[in-house]
Amino acid sequence: MKTETPEIVGGVNMARRSFLRYAGIGAASAGLLATAACSKLDTQQPHNSAGSIDIGSGDIGILNFAYALEQLEAAFYIQVTAKPYSGISSLELTYLTAIRDHEILHRNFFKAAIGASAIASLTVNFSSIDFTNRTSVLTAARGFEDLGVEAYDGAGYLIQNPEYLTLAGKIVSVEARHAALIRNLLEPGTFVGPDVVASDGLNDSATIAQVLGMANTFLTTKVSASHYNYIAS
Amino acid sequence: MNLFSIIEEIEKVDPEFPERISPRRDAIKNITSFGSKVAVAALPFAFAAIFKRAYGQTTPVSVNSVLNFALQLEYLESYFYNQGVASPGLIHSGDMASFVTIQADENEHVAFLQSVLGTAAGAMPKFDLTAGGAFSDVLSNYNTFLAVSNAFEDTGVRAYKGQAVNLIGNQTVLTAALSIHAVEARHASAVRQIRAAQGVAIYPWISGSSSESNDTGVAAVNANYGAGASTSYPAENNVTQGGVNLTTLPSAYGSTTPYDVACAAFDEPLDMATVLKLVGPFFVS
Repeated sequence: MKTETPEIVGGVNMARRSFLRYAGIGAASAGLLATAACSKLDTQQPHNSAGSIDIGSGDIGILNFAYALEQLEAAFYIQVTAKPYSGISSLELTYLTAIRDHEILHRNFFKAAIGASAIASLTVNFSSIDFTNRTSVLTAARGFEDLGVEAYDGAGYLIQNPEYLTLAGKIVSVEARHAALIRNLLEPGTFVGPDVVASDGLNDSATIAQVLGMANTFLTTKVSASHYNYIAS
Repeated sequence: MNLFSIIEEIEKVDPEFPERISPRRDAIKNITSFGSKVAVAALPFAFAAIFKRAYGQTTPVSVNSVLNFALQLEYLESYFYNQGVASPGLIHSGDMASFVTIQADENEHVAFLQSVLGTAAGAMPKFDLTAGGAFSDVLSNYNTFLAVSNAFEDTGVRAYKGQAVNLIGNQTVLTAALSIHAVEARHASAVRQIRAAQGVAIYPWISGSSSESNDTGVAAVNANYGAGASTSYPAENNVTQGGVNLTTLPSAYGSTTPYDVACAAFDEPLDMATVLKLVGPFFVS
């Protein structure tokens, strides 16, 4: 059982808005925490714990976190495009097929990049989604895309390797492009809706615990992040 | 030379700025290509106090350089949308709400960056939205306005992405910057959707081929989608990520991935010197 939690103290698991509330005391310690994080180059390999798969720690942990989300997204769009919802337009099918292709590539890229340290393939559970219904599918798609953006934004500062940080940046902006499209398909003009972009102009960000808590509702194989204070229930 | 006014503004707070942005400043003097904007952007007002508290009088110059770089680009972007929204008959009525939303975001970005930088904030320069005549009808021809907006947003995403590594490990600033970066990408997607609705063959993401990195259909902005100052900043049609040739990975179409998919699934960063070269023609003072 791991006991080290140096990166958690300053706000790893605080959502942005929570962070703002704690800003008065959080900012002063951020630099020290960052220093501590940077000095710790070792990584914990992913492993199984309490019946779930754990992402591990360090950069490998963050990459596995991303890999888990991309597996979920790819599986979703594969199912969406395999049997499109009734009344789908050719343009919508073109868009959703392209997004499927992007997510499959993100998934396969992470699998190749992480190599032997990668978590296993996850089994999904989309029983809560009605794949024959446009609103149900696009609402789920919106949720996945917005969640992906918030996940990358929230975990970016935990990445210690500059190349990995840049790679995460290369992917998150594409996820944001997807999110804006799906949102506009559902409801025109909501590409930066107030539920995802605050009045200060920032996209919301989420903690690893928040993201996995949501992702696990669509996973038969649960994913944990013990190093980041989250164990799947 | 208008570009040097930008550099001088930044030099006021970071004397080593020219060396930081490029080992070969001469290259910047030959400004011939069209430029674009950048949106790096906005940090919430609430963060202003955090910045000041975290860094106080000793704000690292590199962070200030990044923030002033962002501010100059936000000045341009906000001016562009303020002028566009205020130009009668330019923006189609059905699209106006979207552009008013984008306009509001950019103005918030300017105000916030000014607040964060305080007395170190550079002044707003004067702009020429035609970029020396390259876009002479930018405020009267909707298609031109959309093309410039498209390039501004995409280049903003690239510019921001290129600065992320300068903020690595910094929970406060990097997280805020990544959050702004995502908003700029949402803008880029929305503008591309509007262009597609006008009949332009374009997707919300940047597609490409082995021979084409600019998918906007506007040759004047080719450089905005091209390579930067080093191999760390490849063109938008790059398909090698983390040492992996993406086209060799399996896809829904078999054991390999189509080139266009590999282009579109990853956006590329751009370095500060190249971005400044691109936006230079829009600055007149």
